[in-house]
Amino acid sequence: MTARAALPSSPGLRQRLDALGTRHRSLTIILGMALVTALLPLIATLPPFSGFNKQIVWIDNFASAGVFILLALGLNVVVGMAGLLDLGYAAFFAIGAYAYAYGSSTFTDLSVPFWIMLPIGAVVAAIFGILLGAPTLRLRGDYLAIVTLGFGEIVPVVFRNASQWTNGTQGIAGIRRPAIPGVDCGSGGPLCFGAGSPLPYYIVMAILITTVLIVLYRLQDSRLGRSWQAIREDELAAASNGINTVTTKLLAFALGASVAGFAGVFSASKFINVTPEQFGFNVSFTVLAMVVLGGIGNMWGVAIGAFIIYMINSVLLKQLNAFFDTFRVPILSDIDFVQYQYLLYGLLLVAMMLTRPEGLFPNRRRAAELHVTDEPPGADVEGPDPSGPLGRGGT
Amino acid sequence: MLDDTLVATLTAQFFNGLTIGGIYALIALGYTMVYGIIELINFAHGELFMVGAFVSFSVLTGFGFAGPITDPVTLTWVLAVAFVLTMLLLGVLGISIERFAYRPLRNAPRLAPLITAIGVSFILQNLISAIYGGSSKPTPQVFPFAWRFEILGATIPWITVFIFVVTVILTVSLSQFIARSRMGRAMRSTAQDREAAQLMGVNINVTIALTFFIGSALAGAAGIVYGLNYGTINFTMGFSAGLIAFTAAVLGGIGNITGAVLGGFIIGFIQVIAAQLGYSRWTDAVVFSVLIIVLVFRPSGLLGQQVGERA
Repeated sequence: MTARAALPSSPGLRQRLDALGTRHRSLTIILGMALVTALLPLIATLPPFSGFNKQIVWIDNFASAGVFILLALGLNVVVGMAGLLDLGYAAFFAIGAYAYAYGSSTFTDLSVPFWIMLPIGAVVAAIFGILLGAPTLRLRGDYLAIVTLGFGEIVPVVFRNASQWTNGTQGIAGIRRPAIPGVDCGSGGPLCFGAGSPLPYYIVMAILITTVLIVLYRLQDSRLGRSWQAIREDELAAASNGINTVTTKLLAFALGASVAGFAGVFSASKFINVTPEQFGFNVSFTVLAMVVLGGIGNMWGVAIGAFIIYMINSVLLKQLNAFFDTFRVPILSDIDFVQYQYLLYGLLLVAMMLTRPEGLFPNRRRAAELHVTDEPPGADVEGPDPSGPLGRGGT
Repeated sequence: MLDDTLVATLTAQFFNGLTIGGIYALIALGYTMVYGIIELINFAHGELFMVGAFVSFSVLTGFGFAGPITDPVTLTWVLAVAFVLTMLLLGVLGISIERFAYRPLRNAPRLAPLITAIGVSFILQNLISAIYGGSSKPTPQVFPFAWRFEILGATIPWITVFIFVVTVILTVSLSQFIARSRMGRAMRSTAQDREAAQLMGVNINVTIALTFFIGSALAGAAGIVYGLNYGTINFTMGFSAGLIAFTAAVLGGIGNITGAVLGGFIIGFIQVIAAQLGYSRWTDAVVFSVLIIVLVFRPSGLLGQQVGERA
């Protein structure tokens, strides 16, 4: 914040807004999220969007996109703030989802309320984060990445094969939907969670994201957040300045995992079944792509990146046929785009990354780090060592 | 007490492990070389193995070979042409991927090329699925499966030996190339310190492109032998095989050629042992657990060097 104090004395509107945002951060987040939450369903009724889906379908999509926003925010703690590359993040998502499936489904015949399972799922995921982190966090850089990748593979394999406890590949169905205490949902109603009534899900998701954003922003500026940053930049220097690197990294892991746990519980309660296939590498990699494309380390950027990628991949690319049919574009309307959905997704990932290597909304501090040592053009052999997300040390 | 059937089973499984391990070793070599030189986990590499299998499928069927070729001379020629063509094409594909997806990001934050690698992996998978269709394809097994020999009561197809020999030849020539040739020296110096190498007159771009060429060609070779041995290929097989091969490279100590081969064979044998004990559905979990345990005790892999903290 000291850098901002040194700005010229007559700040522009943007600076003033920024300063206000910094001083009342939690309030800004709440207002911002409330605004977005209120506007999105309205935007969905406007012409280009209303052509594809009904408003209710859009709201449903937004709620599902929220799961990925949560995941991206959680992974951002691990990768963006602490600089630990986690390639198996979906494992914690899976653990959260299965925790809810055990706590509230016909499979186990339990019905712990959703609201209680939310923190439980987060805690269970966090415990697994610590269990994985404790022995492995002294590994550096890409060795840690491959271990997390392995963990990300082991978890679905266990869920798939330990059939007597997890019902194998079919997964657990009959998961109970959340309910608001005291509201009778015998005949449905606006406050009831259901397949055809996504609004409560949407609002709960908005509240979850808001809470996570507030907590994470406060953490980022706390002693812990600064320790993460120090470790990310130079672990050795951080350690010699008295930061307990093991605990600090473990906390990043546990915290990231617990956010994934939230996402898992929510997701299980929305799709009311969980199967091991929902939590494969694709999920881990997609979430990582969201973080990097959004602007690693920048929470709003990451959230927007997640939203955009989810919408492109799960909504837009599936609707391309309808789109080109509607506008009768010659040739294009003859192609079956559903078949090429992932091809286009891959092309998009590459194209977006090539045009914005620092992400759509780069973290300011990171961007400054990247450019402060820029060498004059011509000497661009390696450029500034972009110690960037991971640091290069030790491999 | 070892009875005869057990010995026979173990022998058969040993040769099985050699085959699987050889294929993993060939893929792992490309991973380890690329990582060694630009510190990129090239997630698209597994897909190159898959593309190699499909290219060799097209080459063989394109020349009209569908079944076993029993004439040794023809077989040698067909295999030689298939290997050369597939490896060349794959090498060129590898170079183009490097040129368009990785080189522009060489000075970008480190995670940026990782994401393009994942993107390229999606692209290759779905291109192949668009061209060849989504279902599994039977490949022409030109190497006669009927050629077998008996050892310790087990009947082993010669193709197992063939794959092992191919792996050994390719690995040995690669390590000789890196150790002795001028380009090999350029590769080693680039891996050690890119800037200094450039100042000493090494053409960095050519050297990195060559690394991608060799790595991709080896993945292509792995694709051919996979098709020859298992007789069926599909467009999804690259990613998981790539992950296992990457695990092999890490297990052996990433950046280390011998380590990659060693890791490949170790993982091949682990998979075979797990399958023999009746845990074939758990093989991936077993492989990754072994990896985690090894890394906990030897953080740089089996043959990797412990490198001190860089300033």
